[in-house]
Amino acid sequence: MNKVHNNKAWWLVLPVFLLVAFSAIVPMMTVVNYSVQDIFDPSTRIFVGFDWYKQVLQDPRLHDSLLRQFIYSGCVLLIEIPLGIAIALTMPTKGRWASLCLIVMAIPLLIPWNVVGTIWQIFGRADIGLLGWSLNEAGIDYNYASNTMDAWVTVLVMDVWHWTSLVALLCYSGLRAIPDVYYQAARIDRASAWAVFRHIQLPKMKSVLLIAVLLRFMDSFMIYTEPFVLTGGGPGNATTFLSQTLTKMAIGQFDLGPAAAFSLVYFLIILLLSWLFYTAMTHADKNR
Amino acid sequence: MGWMAWTLPTAIFFGAIALILVGMTVWEIRSPCAERRGFLPIATTRGDRLFIGLLGSAYWHLLILGVTDWSIWIASLLSMLWLFAVMRWG
Amino acid sequence: MNLRKKMVLALYILFLLVPIYWLLNMSFKSNTEILGGLTFWPQDFTLANYKVIFTDPSWYEGYLNSLYYVCLNTVISLTVALPAAYAFSRYRFLGDKHLFFWLLTNRMAPPAVFLLPFFQLYSSIGLFDTHIAVALAHCLFSVPLAVWILEGFMSGVPKEIDETAYIDGYSFPKFFVKIFIPLIGSGIGVTAFFCFMFSWVELLLARTLTSVNAKPIVAVMTRTVSASGIDWGVLAAAGVLTILPGMLVIWFVRNHVAKGFALGRV
Repeated sequence: MNKVHNNKAWWLVLPVFLLVAFSAIVPMMTVVNYSVQDIFDPSTRIFVGFDWYKQVLQDPRLHDSLLRQFIYSGCVLLIEIPLGIAIALTMPTKGRWASLCLIVMAIPLLIPWNVVGTIWQIFGRADIGLLGWSLNEAGIDYNYASNTMDAWVTVLVMDVWHWTSLVALLCYSGLRAIPDVYYQAARIDRASAWAVFRHIQLPKMKSVLLIAVLLRFMDSFMIYTEPFVLTGGGPGNATTFLSQTLTKMAIGQFDLGPAAAFSLVYFLIILLLSWLFYTAMTHADKNR
Repeated sequence: MGWMAWTLPTAIFFGAIALILVGMTVWEIRSPCAERRGFLPIATTRGDRLFIGLLGSAYWHLLILGVTDWSIWIASLLSMLWLFAVMRWG
Repeated sequence: MNLRKKMVLALYILFLLVPIYWLLNMSFKSNTEILGGLTFWPQDFTLANYKVIFTDPSWYEGYLNSLYYVCLNTVISLTVALPAAYAFSRYRFLGDKHLFFWLLTNRMAPPAVFLLPFFQLYSSIGLFDTHIAVALAHCLFSVPLAVWILEGFMSGVPKEIDETAYIDGYSFPKFFVKIFIPLIGSGIGVTAFFCFMFSWVELLLARTLTSVNAKPIVAVMTRTVSASGIDWGVLAAAGVLTILPGMLVIWFVRNHVAKGFALGRV
């Protein structure tokens, strides 16, 4: 669409700008202020320059949780994106079954995140949970609270359970936008199912897939509640991701300075990654 | 305002950012700029280059703080060069 | 081929529903039965767990608190996002692209980063432990999301409609309320649904910004989890009850929800 150049449009954006500025810029400034000081109480504080940053950047806890975070987000994308596409391809196109499918698939997305954790906490327990019980009956020694591997698998399966529907729904709506003419042409050419997917469906899904990758990457990168409820970050620190390390520092130990420095480093990582994804997205839109 | 724990250096920092934004706005009104291709892989406007420059500067600081024991001023100097290069040739 | 497709879909849906079935199953059992052994169906069907929730004020007030701030958040987000989304979809203006990206970064920013300053900010202006504090904090991610989705829906409305209305002598506010808003009704519904959903499922900010008066249900639940002897039955019942509001609202937007998940961009 050709947009008119009109700077008066700023008046329409102003309420949003003020509201978000109040909730984003003021806190951000505060974080920057905290990050350069050692704060004992509001009146006793010492300027320490970049010391906290140095400490945080060289802190093995940060390195470990950052590494875990990237592995986790990578796994999430590798499993959920192909699975989501596959599910979207199998969904019925219209009729009552289609709406029913949509609603059932949306259910996990509407459950509060700590309840998701609770559901899997119960489901995976060996004494009262169906999953843990049946695995142990089948002769597999499974305990997500003490075995690192089991904890990881459980957290990942929980995330797949929770969020694959989002990817599937996105792809589904992308597929719905393909006109029937394309499929008819493919039938005339006797194109194989793979060729239809590769040359018709995948290109049409590109823009929604980018949104899906963006949302899934960002949301998995800030995951906090579900592993917090399910494993509490354990066993040991095996499932402690960035948000949890930060929350422990900020609210648990009330280390204002280091927590603020950590927040800013975390935010910079997010800022760079979301900028890269967003630029890729807008360029894909432009070249469509 | 007490809870925000302002210090002089951070106040100067935010003041500078605000000044740059105001300056860029005035510049844009006086002489609107067009997108162009420089050494960066995408076509950018002036504002995009400023953002890339500032984000890059932040990462230069983190890099030098994280892996070296150099003075922070070296990082700042590098960042200024980087910012200038991106604005001019990016 | 078609049968295989149906099998895959059926398996996936089974995978989605089994954990929920287990939660529902447990919510109708007594604690002795839960801990006594594994049963696939409540042997001794009881509503006692639900009765606990509906009679204990700390439980049901949690629900009311959550619903209250979630609705507040949805109303605030929609009110400010509607004009802004219109501006983004119809006009180019100074710094529009950067402003849009800045809004999105707030959707992407981890709530944990804002935890500490929010706590201090709302304490200092005396809003700590009020519903409006949580609603405002949730605006941080719901407003950008609302602008994003609405902008997608509005871009689908041809611009000729605006122009015709202006020629017919409509003023901007009158045109916006009388003609434009009804046109994108489904988009507004879907946006409201998303604001509702993301505010309803969030725990970290809601828990940090409240202590007693505005304590949300999700925080009440974590308290029970950390208590030494866990009351599994009541916990499961509370979980089931938190799923219901989402299922109610999704019914109204079922036909548009896929488009909404694609942020109106299909």
